[in-house]
Amino acid sequence: MTEGGARPASWQTCTIARIIQQTPSIKSFFLRLNEPFVHVAGQHVDVRLTAPDGYVALRSYSIASSPSASNVIELAIERLPDGEVSPFFHDFAAVGDEIELRGPLGGHFLWPERSTAPVLLIGAGSGVVPLMAMIRQRRDLAQTAPTALLLSSRTRRDVLFADELLSLETADPTFKLALAITREAPVRACDFGRRIDNAMVAELIARLRHMPAHVFICGSNPFVEIAADGALMAGLDAAVIKTERYGG
Amino acid sequence: MVTRGFTGRNSAGDQLDRIPPGQHLVEHFPVLTAGPTPRVETADWKFTLKIGPRTIKVWNWNEFNALPKTKMTRDIHCVTSWSKLNTAWEGVIVDDILADAGIERPSDFVLAHSYDGYSTNVPLADLASGKAMVALNYEGQPLARDHGGPARLLVPHLYFWKSAKWLNALQFTERDEAGFWELRGYHIYGDPWREQRYTDD
Repeated sequence: MTEGGARPASWQTCTIARIIQQTPSIKSFFLRLNEPFVHVAGQHVDVRLTAPDGYVALRSYSIASSPSASNVIELAIERLPDGEVSPFFHDFAAVGDEIELRGPLGGHFLWPERSTAPVLLIGAGSGVVPLMAMIRQRRDLAQTAPTALLLSSRTRRDVLFADELLSLETADPTFKLALAITREAPVRACDFGRRIDNAMVAELIARLRHMPAHVFICGSNPFVEIAADGALMAGLDAAVIKTERYGG
Repeated sequence: MVTRGFTGRNSAGDQLDRIPPGQHLVEHFPVLTAGPTPRVETADWKFTLKIGPRTIKVWNWNEFNALPKTKMTRDIHCVTSWSKLNTAWEGVIVDDILADAGIERPSDFVLAHSYDGYSTNVPLADLASGKAMVALNYEGQPLARDHGGPARLLVPHLYFWKSAKWLNALQFTERDEAGFWELRGYHIYGDPWREQRYTDD
């Protein structure tokens, strides 16, 4: 038995329906599925690109959209300078193009749909993508589990989904947002102007006013190490901390 | 289906025959872990060999390090699609562990267990005959914490989630029992050359 809907699907073709430049380095790709599926927030898809000579490149991308959205899923892809697949998406992919993918995949980093216990989300850069799916699912299902998001970005322009997150915080008293801006001074009093550290994680937990029962951390390995250590030092049990680290 | 506009980097050159389908080469060593990195001191480290629920032998760090060491340089392949060539490891091959415990083949299946509660299943045939080791060193240095130090399993011919980090036990089982990722949608065996990534692949 799996924790969630982790049964893998076969490959399908989808069509790029819309592309939005979200930040200087991140674009959202809205993909219309030929074979629609319902995912659990936090899951990913595998994308497969095939060159004319038969060379195949495979990458995993977290789903940013809420499962209740529709037959269109959103992937937010950061352009990695020496990448192979992300430059293709940023520089060549166009609306109407067909892309092969399979999903939904992943049975661990999953939003606890039926839980009302407090949740702490910590992300860096495009690491907010699976967390955004969770926040959107929570909003769409009108869930009220106290939830805090700590999101680290280089500058304010690099904050992915900034407008949506800020308006959500205004509309929902049970959702707290704190930005950690590493290369600029913060604008809001509740934000931080430094890299993540243990004290920052402890402060977020204090703002939640309850010890979180679920912690989801997503970002680069060094970022996740600091965030997870911060959560452990704040007294959280390792078993409630789920991490996703960007690989190669 | 050819993807319009995609050419691929194809930088592997003459090493292409060493890269399984769907994999790409990396130079760095990505870290992928489902939870926080456990802090296991060698002074507290223990390694247990079990048959079902029964403990056969327990080694502490010094006892385990007194076993014969073997070096192994292998290509490794992660299910998230990266491959790394010529990784150099040193540790104790599983045959030498079994020999020290005085057992040969109590069953055909093994579950590897870790300090963080992780587990993964590997058939004995894929651990024995010098195919796998409990690795203590990587590239001549003690294994780093985020790569599974002080000790991890190394089963280089299977997807790397089988190479359990922070290893603390090998347990013989009667049946092939799914471990952590195998219960969460990943393939029960995980052969990169057959692209056995997810359950029914």
